[in-house]
Amino acid sequence: MGQITANKKNPMVYLPGMEVLESNMLEQVLTLSAGIDWEKYEAADVEQALRQERLTLADFKALLSPAAEPFLEDMASVAQRRTCDFFGNSIYMFTPLYLANYCENHCVYCGFNCQTAIKRARLNEAEIEREMQTIAATGLEEILLLTGESPSMSDVSYIGRACQLARKYFRVIGLEVYPMNSDEYAYLHRCGADYVTVFQETYNPEIYEKLHLAGRKRIFPYRFYAQERALKGGMRGVGFGALLGLGDFRQDAFATGLHAQLLHKKRPQAEIALSCPRLRPTLYQPGENPGGVSEAQLLQVLLAYRLFLPMANITVSTRERASVRDQFVRLGATKISAGVCVGIGGHNGEAESKGDEQFSIADPRSVSAVYEALQGGGLQPVMSDSLYL
Amino acid sequence: MNTEKSSRDMMRLGNKEFSSRFILGSGKYSLDLITAAVRQGGAEMITLALRRANAGGKENILDYLPPGITILPNTSGARDAQEAVRIARLARAMGCGDFIKVEVIADTRFLLPDNRETVKATELLAAEGFVVLPYMYPDLQTARELVDAGAAAVMPLGAPIGSNKGLCTKEFIQLLIDEIELPVIVDAGIGRPSQACEAMEMGAAAVMVNTAIATATDVPAMAGAFRAAVLAGRSAYLAKLGRVLDRGAAASSPLTGFLHTEGV
Repeated sequence: MGQITANKKNPMVYLPGMEVLESNMLEQVLTLSAGIDWEKYEAADVEQALRQERLTLADFKALLSPAAEPFLEDMASVAQRRTCDFFGNSIYMFTPLYLANYCENHCVYCGFNCQTAIKRARLNEAEIEREMQTIAATGLEEILLLTGESPSMSDVSYIGRACQLARKYFRVIGLEVYPMNSDEYAYLHRCGADYVTVFQETYNPEIYEKLHLAGRKRIFPYRFYAQERALKGGMRGVGFGALLGLGDFRQDAFATGLHAQLLHKKRPQAEIALSCPRLRPTLYQPGENPGGVSEAQLLQVLLAYRLFLPMANITVSTRERASVRDQFVRLGATKISAGVCVGIGGHNGEAESKGDEQFSIADPRSVSAVYEALQGGGLQPVMSDSLYL
Repeated sequence: MNTEKSSRDMMRLGNKEFSSRFILGSGKYSLDLITAAVRQGGAEMITLALRRANAGGKENILDYLPPGITILPNTSGARDAQEAVRIARLARAMGCGDFIKVEVIADTRFLLPDNRETVKATELLAAEGFVVLPYMYPDLQTARELVDAGAAAVMPLGAPIGSNKGLCTKEFIQLLIDEIELPVIVDAGIGRPSQACEAMEMGAAAVMVNTAIATATDVPAMAGAFRAAVLAGRSAYLAKLGRVLDRGAAASSPLTGFLHTEGV
């Protein structure tokens, strides 16, 4: 791919062809998440929040504030009970399959960005099917299909064909691909996908503009409304997340939870999921902890999400080490990936993936290893919890 | 005292009779505990979410169910009547029999049922020969519609699924018990054996419990506690029947017998 010069498009203005929804949800989230004074929350606010069955926005903020840091143990205890009430001891397993890493966006922090000279690849149908057979043989029944953003190299019909192939091997198909219009989501739903995840990365528009220099991803509201368009297209569930550490992680976590809550109120039949990926070292973000979000703060976000949205599935990323993930699933996370390869191809045991990976994973455990770890922790691994209808 | 084995007190649903009035939900278990829970609880019927069942899969709940247990598949995940019907047909095709619990959820935040779609699904499925047990919000009018639709029972919630809050809807459940001819099976929200006992004392035909047992520290023991509670409640309900009959007959008037029958 040739270099794409930063086009300095206004990130708040839709590009031609982008579907516009009539909604003020974005304004609500931006207004409510701007200028939060995290220092004003005190221990009493945190204790009050921990006593509530249904949290207000103020309670949610208190749990995300620095004042909650000494209360992690109490938060964990309440979150564990809430998780148990709604999910029992079930932990859902899945794995991602990266179909292609061609990308036309220039996101300064990402290993796939269009400026980076990496090995680019796109799996063909035979390769997709081989990868899926290998993954299905591990016993997994849910797959998450990913691509970079390249409507020319991984267009909607390519993704749709991958969904159709996935239907042969998996009961649950999720997508983490570039935002698209509702009719395109409807097409992918007909092809077999039921779930769509889009990370807003950061809900701070100023920071977002500095990090996303070119490509369709630069357009902030189009990304924000992706989940709503996906539900409009018939998808069963949607996932939200911010890449913690790109901006103020507390603000981003609050905005993520609020975004999910508002959409859930508007579409109460939808299944809602949250992820809490933390910025980890990449080519562009060197250093031990580039985003400055500690493990304790990551846990704080996870627990606050659980208490604010007790019905939401919460995924813990392979960016985190195995021992952390094993604990997080006992405290509020309900979904975990296993047997992960974030390069293009590579599930078939080749020495190298066909295409380079997006980030380094810290938990490379196989499906069996994660499965046994869950059982050893008194948890019940669940391979699928959905029917495509 | 009536025992659960008494043939006078069997619960009839469809073409089957059950001596146990305790139905086990299965959504939240460790699979290795289900067998113990069934045995200790004495359940003769256990629910099964089709979205979890996968014959031949790595962990299939069907492999953990003791023989002789009636499987009650549920349509959890259905967003409308059509999806409920599709799931029911899938269940039947998998060999799960003709019993189906209709569960159409309008709101995944609180897992509250969509009564209107539930009635539609019930009518469609009853016409296809299913024995339909619909999970519903306890509304008397909806219950009447479910009777007309061909339901085999009605399953009003006591409180939101997973809340363990007990019989929040007690007054409305009592209305159903008093006014609807079908068995009333209290489902969802029962958090303690005492609440199951209370539901049975009110005259519920049976109770369904999942979360309260699955999340107990000692799952088999809690299943046993619920078994005892359901028996106690049912026995108490049957023991009250004598007073109900007397109230209806009013053969004597010990309080007002002093009044002259004519004249002054």
